[in-house]
Amino acid sequence: MGRDRRALSAICTAHDAGLTGCTSCGRVWPAGTLDCGRCGARLRPVDASSLQVVWAWLAAGVIFYIPANLYPMLRTSVLTGSSENTILGGVIELVSHGNLGVAAIVFIASIVIPIGKFLAIAYLALAVGTERRAGGHRHLILFEVVDFIGRWSMIDVFVVAILSALVQLGFVAAINPGPAAVSFALSVAFTMLAAQSFDPRLIWRGPPDDPDTSDDA
Amino acid sequence: MPPVREQPRDLAALIACPRCDALHLAEPLGPNERAACARCGTLLVTPRTRSFLHVVALAFTAMILMVAAVFFPFLRISAQGLSHDSSVFSAAMTFADGILAPLSLAVLLTIVGLPVLRFAALIYTLWPLANGRPAWPHAAQAFRVAERLQPWSMAEIFVIGTAVALVKVAGLASIGFGPAFWAFCVLIIVTALKNAFMSKWTIWDAIDAR
Repeated sequence: MGRDRRALSAICTAHDAGLTGCTSCGRVWPAGTLDCGRCGARLRPVDASSLQVVWAWLAAGVIFYIPANLYPMLRTSVLTGSSENTILGGVIELVSHGNLGVAAIVFIASIVIPIGKFLAIAYLALAVGTERRAGGHRHLILFEVVDFIGRWSMIDVFVVAILSALVQLGFVAAINPGPAAVSFALSVAFTMLAAQSFDPRLIWRGPPDDPDTSDDA
Repeated sequence: MPPVREQPRDLAALIACPRCDALHLAEPLGPNERAACARCGTLLVTPRTRSFLHVVALAFTAMILMVAAVFFPFLRISAQGLSHDSSVFSAAMTFADGILAPLSLAVLLTIVGLPVLRFAALIYTLWPLANGRPAWPHAAQAFRVAERLQPWSMAEIFVIGTAVALVKVAGLASIGFGPAFWAFCVLIIVTALKNAFMSKWTIWDAIDAR
């Protein structure tokens, strides 16, 4: 069966050849080897059970995203009084001041992109279990976009840190961080871990135990 | 690099694409050639011509810039006769009170600690290789750590974050840049160059050849 599959498919994978490829250095080893003999990394067989880890990190990311939106991100005190801003509150305030451009940037960076990442990772984790090899390129591009954008969401936390460190002018103006900064940072970190534990090699495989896989390739 | 159709005896001559698992035969590359995965296009091997010594030099440069970036003043804000200096260290330490304290540590790690650790691990791995000597003990672990840390070292994101923060306070007060700000800007260029010059497969091959 394995031999038929190799003959039919255009490209032979390490898995097809009865080997496990090291995701860290690219060296291949016979299937069943535990650690890569060259770089020492744990060898991950291409196995859909690794998706459970993805779901766990993703759930943690979503859970921490909720308080990130409910609690204030920034506490601003100026001469006229002090105010607390949640992410969405900050966007609404920017809109009411007419700063549509900045409002759009904050809205996209802090709300659209995080939610988009949750949806994209969930979609990928669902899709690799069911779809055939054909969807590969589209899914790989989606994965690479999510993987690339992941760390950039930390920018919000850094902006809060820089603003709070910089704007300390006594009674004239002071900005202090709010509790949402921590849960936002955790949400970003967990989403990054979810993307990192997603094995893109699964994209190119059909359902793991589907006997039809050898026919459609 | 040709995709593999029959399995050869020598497993060391094969590269499995880390993104899609396609097997390739590793062939020696010419000076300006690069190898990409035949299926998904992931870059597998980049040319080695400028590799090791350049990476070592850039990692050293990055270390020196990081020292400057941490200890020199970063930004200065002034409004209505009041002014306030802040360093990178104080930016990280804004979270140090109360329940936000772990975030302080995380910010400090992601913008200073992990990048420095990464540079040190790269220098340790590549210094003997650049001089044509066999790799030092535990070079494989050190290089693996450097690779694993890459997504978590966020110095460049911090710099863009600075730009966003500056846009936000631009109407409120006037801002001055300290030497640390410029050190950070150069640092991200140096880091990007260093990453571009690195070929994982070539480095693993060299470590393996000891």
